[in-house]
Amino acid sequence: MIAEAGHYALVLALALALIQSFVPVIGARLRDPALMNVARSTALAQLLFVGASFIALVTLHVNSDFSVANVYENSHSMKPLIYKITGVWGNHEGSMLLWVSILALFGGLVAAFGNNLPLSLRAHVLAVQAWIASAFYLFILITSNPFLRIANPPIEGRDLNPVLQDIGLAVHPPMLYLGYVGFSISFSFAIAALLEGRIDAAWARWVRPWTLVAWIFLTLGIAMGSYWAYYELGWGGWWFWDPVENASLMPWLAGTALLHSALVMEKRNALKVWTILLSILTFSLSLLGTFLVRSGVITSVHAFANDPTRGVFILLILCLFIGGSLSLFAGRATSLKQGGLFAPISREGALVLNNLLLTVACAVVLFGTLYPLAMEVLADFKMSVGAPFYNLSFAPLFVLLLLAVPFGPMLAWKRGDLLGVTQRLLAAGVAGLVVIAIVWAWTRGGSALAPLAIGLGVFVIAGAVTDMAERTGLFRLPFATTLHRTRGLPRSAWGTAFAHAGLGVALIGIVCETTWNSEYIATMKPNDVAQVAGYDLKLDGLLERQGPNYREMVAQFNVSRGGEALSVMTPSKRSFTTRGSSTTEAALLTRGASQLYISLGDVTADGAIAVRIYHKPFVLLIWWGPVLMAFGGMLSLSDRRLRVGAPKPARAKQRLQPAE
Amino acid sequence: MTLWFVFALMTVAAMFAVLWPLGRGGRPDNQGSEVAVYKDQLAEIERDLAAGLIAAPEAEAARIEISRRLLAADSSETSLAPNSSLKWRRAASVLALVGLPLVAVAIYVPLGSPALRDFPLAQRQRGTGPGMAQSLENLVVQVQQHLEKNPTDGRGWNVLAPVLERLGRFDEAVRAYRNSITYNGESPERRSDLGEAITAAANGVVTAEAKAEFERAHALSADDPKANYFLGLAAEQDGRKDDAANIWRVLLAKAPADAPWRPLVQASLARVGGGGVTMPALSDETVAASKEMNDGDRNAMIRGMVERLATRLKQNGDDVEGWLRLVRAYLVMGDRDKALGATTDARQAVAKDAERLRQLNEGLKNLGLDG
Repeated sequence: MIAEAGHYALVLALALALIQSFVPVIGARLRDPALMNVARSTALAQLLFVGASFIALVTLHVNSDFSVANVYENSHSMKPLIYKITGVWGNHEGSMLLWVSILALFGGLVAAFGNNLPLSLRAHVLAVQAWIASAFYLFILITSNPFLRIANPPIEGRDLNPVLQDIGLAVHPPMLYLGYVGFSISFSFAIAALLEGRIDAAWARWVRPWTLVAWIFLTLGIAMGSYWAYYELGWGGWWFWDPVENASLMPWLAGTALLHSALVMEKRNALKVWTILLSILTFSLSLLGTFLVRSGVITSVHAFANDPTRGVFILLILCLFIGGSLSLFAGRATSLKQGGLFAPISREGALVLNNLLLTVACAVVLFGTLYPLAMEVLADFKMSVGAPFYNLSFAPLFVLLLLAVPFGPMLAWKRGDLLGVTQRLLAAGVAGLVVIAIVWAWTRGGSALAPLAIGLGVFVIAGAVTDMAERTGLFRLPFATTLHRTRGLPRSAWGTAFAHAGLGVALIGIVCETTWNSEYIATMKPNDVAQVAGYDLKLDGLLERQGPNYREMVAQFNVSRGGEALSVMTPSKRSFTTRGSSTTEAALLTRGASQLYISLGDVTADGAIAVRIYHKPFVLLIWWGPVLMAFGGMLSLSDRRLRVGAPKPARAKQRLQPAE
Repeated sequence: MTLWFVFALMTVAAMFAVLWPLGRGGRPDNQGSEVAVYKDQLAEIERDLAAGLIAAPEAEAARIEISRRLLAADSSETSLAPNSSLKWRRAASVLALVGLPLVAVAIYVPLGSPALRDFPLAQRQRGTGPGMAQSLENLVVQVQQHLEKNPTDGRGWNVLAPVLERLGRFDEAVRAYRNSITYNGESPERRSDLGEAITAAANGVVTAEAKAEFERAHALSADDPKANYFLGLAAEQDGRKDDAANIWRVLLAKAPADAPWRPLVQASLARVGGGGVTMPALSDETVAASKEMNDGDRNAMIRGMVERLATRLKQNGDDVEGWLRLVRAYLVMGDRDKALGATTDARQAVAKDAERLRQLNEGLKNLGLDG
C-alpha cells in the first residue's frame, strides 16, 4: 500500500507538471489571471505529491520492505536507522527522486513566496520549472523507477555500499542537489524573461535570493563532499579533479559568475544579456553534471554503451533543454534592451573581469572533464586528465582572479579610480609581503611558490578588511561616526567581505596542506612508536569489535607530544559481510586548524599492521574558507533591502568619498 | 480496495489543485510589479544617504537613473490590463477533470503492481506473508544472520558450508569451511572438503592452494579417500599421469568394496592408464590419449577436433568453457600464437557479459596466460 501509493503520487505529480507546463503559458498569452494562477496551485500540489512519494520511499527503506526492488538492492535489515534513511538517496533511483523532490520544493517556494513577482512572470517561471520537472518525472518513471516490486520478496537485502554508510551521505547529496537544482530557478527566470521579451533591473532583484540560496548550498555541498572524501577514502586527499567533482565545480564557477553579474544588473541595469546567458549556462552545467554522474558514462564509456537507456534519456533531456534555451536566447537576445554604460575601470568593469576569469576557468574544467571522454569514444583510448593539467591551467587563472578580488568592491560604480584604490590597498599589499617574508624565513623548505601563494591569501583577506575599514571610515573619521556607519552598512556589504576573505582562507589552507604535509607509512607492531611532525604515536594494540552490520578491527594509538599525553586515536577497518567488502575509517585528531590523520592498511602474517599517518598543517582552513563564503552568502541573503549602485558623478571625480 | 480508494482521493486532490484557481476567477491584486521595485530602490537611496554611506551628489545621480527606469516601467505596465477568457478556462477545467486521471492511469497501470501488498521486515519475520516459502536460499540467509552475530559458532559453519557448496556459491563455501576449521579444529575431512571447495571455485582446477589442503588432509590421515582422489587429479593435471595412476591404484586397493566413489576413481584411472578411450571433445585427456597414436594420426585427429571446436565457437561465442578448451588445446599443441589469437577472439566474443568475461579471465590465468 505505501509502495503503490508512493508510486501513484509520483505519477500524479507528472500529470500535474504536464498541466502546469501549458496552462499558465496560455494564460500569460491571454493575460487571464485565473489561468496564470493555475501554475501556483499546481506547483504546490506537485510539491505535496512528490514529497509524499519521497516520504513513502523513506518509509519503505526504514521498514526494510524488500518487496521493493530498490530497497532490496540497497538496504539491509541490520543497518542502523540513519543509514536506512540516507540509503534512500545512496542509489541511482532514490537520488533521482531526491532531485525532483528538491525541484518541486523550489517550485513550491516560488509559488508560495513569489507574491512580489508580476503575475505573468511567475506563471512563466513556474511553467518552465514544470517543463524540467516533467522531463525528469518521465525519466524516473520509465528508466529508473524506485517503486518497482518483487513478487517473492527475499528475506535479506544486499546492503548499501559500505563507503556510503557514513554521516557524510546524510548531508552531502541533499546540499549538493539543493545547489544544483536551485539554479533551475534562475534558469526558469531567464527563459521566462526571454519569453516575455522584457528584462530589467527588477528581474535581477527577483532572481537574486534564489541564485544566492543555490550558491550557498552548492558551496557547502562541495566543501562537505571534499571533507567526506578526505576522511572516508583513507588517502588524506581532499580534491582529486575527478569528473564527478568537476561536475559540481563547473556549476559553482558559473554560478559564482552569475551571482556577480546579476549584481551589476540589479544595481546598474547593465550586463543584462550576459546575465541571462550565464543563468542558462549555469543550469546547463548542472544538467551536464547530472548526466555525467547518473548515466555511468564516467566509469566507462563502454559500460554506458551497453545499457544506454538511462544515459540516452538524460542526454535527450540535456540536448532539449540546453539546445532549446540557447536557441531561444539566440533568437531573442538581440531584441532585449541594452543596459547602462560604464567605463572599463569601474566596479562594473571589475565584475566583468571576474566573470571573464570564472567562465574561462569553468571552460578549462569542462575541457579537462570531457576531453578524456571524447578520446575514449572517438579513439578508443583511455586517459585521465589530472592535477598537472589543472595546476598549469586552472591555477594561474585563479591567481589572477584572487589578485583582482580586493580591487573589485573598492572601485566606484560607472567610473572608478584604480590609482586611488591601489593606494588604499597598500596596507593590505604590505601585509601580504610581510607574511611572504616571514613564511620564507621560517620554512626554507618546500616549494618556492608556497610563501607567495600564502601572501596572496593574506592580501585577499586584508583587502576584505580594508574594504570594511574604508566603508565604515575606521581610523579616518571620529569613532562615533564610524559606529553610526557600521550600523547603517548593509549586511550585503559584510557578506561580500566575508565571502572574499573565505577565498583567502581556503587558499592558505590549500597551500599549507600541499606544501608542508608530512607522512609516515610503515608496518607497526604493538608498542611501536611512530614520530610524525613532533608527535609521538604509540600503537597500543589491535582489537576486534562487532558493529551492527559489520565487524571492525580497531587499532589504538596513544598520541603524545614532548612526553605529554594528548589523546587516543582509534582508526579502524570495517568489513561488511553482505557486500564482502571493507572500508577504512580514518582517525582524525584536530589541533587548532591542523590535523593528525591515521588510516590502517592490511595486517601482515606476523601481527603487524600497515599504517599511514599524516600530519596536515592548517588543513581545516580549506573547509573553513567555503564555510566563511557560505556565511557571507547567508548574510547577504538575510539582507532584504534593495541593492542600489550609486554611480560616481563624472564631475566629482576628485572627491575622496568611499564608493558607497 | 482501500488502495483504490486512496488512489481516488489523491486524484481528486490533484484535480482540485487545478480547478481551485479557475473557480476563484483570479484576483490580480496580489502581485508585485517593477514599479514597486524601483520605488523601493528610491527609498533605499534616502536611507543610505541618511546613514552617511553615500554622498549627496552620488545619491542625486542614482535617483535620476532610477526615476528614469521607473517612468519606463510605469508606462509599459499600464498597457497590460487583465483579461478573462471563459472558453480557455473551461478547456483547462476539462483537462483537469478528464485529462489528468487519464494520464495518471495510463502511466500507472503498466508500471505499478497494485495487487502486491507491502512486506515490511517485521511481517516477514513472522513468516506470514504468502510467497515467503522457506526456500533453501532464505534458510541460508537465516543461518548467515545467526553467524553474523555469533561468528564463533563452529557447528553453524559446519552446517552452512556444504549447503553453500551445493548451491554453487563456492567462494562463500570456501570461507565457511575455513571458519569451520578455525572454530571446530581441523580434521582430514574438513581439510579435504575445503580443498574440494577451492577446486570447485577454480572451475575444477586443483590449484596450489587446494593441493596444499589435500596434502594437509593426507598428512593427518593417509587413508582419506577424498584427499587421495584429488591429489591424483592434481598429478594428472600437472601432466604426471603415472603418479596419478599410482595414487588411484593404491586408493582402490584400500577401498571397501561398496564405497560409492569406486566407479569415479576407476573411470579416472582408466582415463590416465588405458589408452584409446573416447572422451568428450578435446579434453586434456583426449590430447593426452592421442599421444599413443602415431604422429600423423594424432595430428590429424587433434587438428580435426580443434577445427570443429573453433568453427562452433565462431558461430556461438558464448561458451566460455569451449574457449578455454580451445586455448588449452593450442597450448598443448605448442602453438602459442594461435592460443593468444583465440584468447583475443574469446575476449571479444564474451566482452558484453561481465560475468562470462570474469570466468574467462580466471580460466586463462589458470592456463598461465595473462589474466
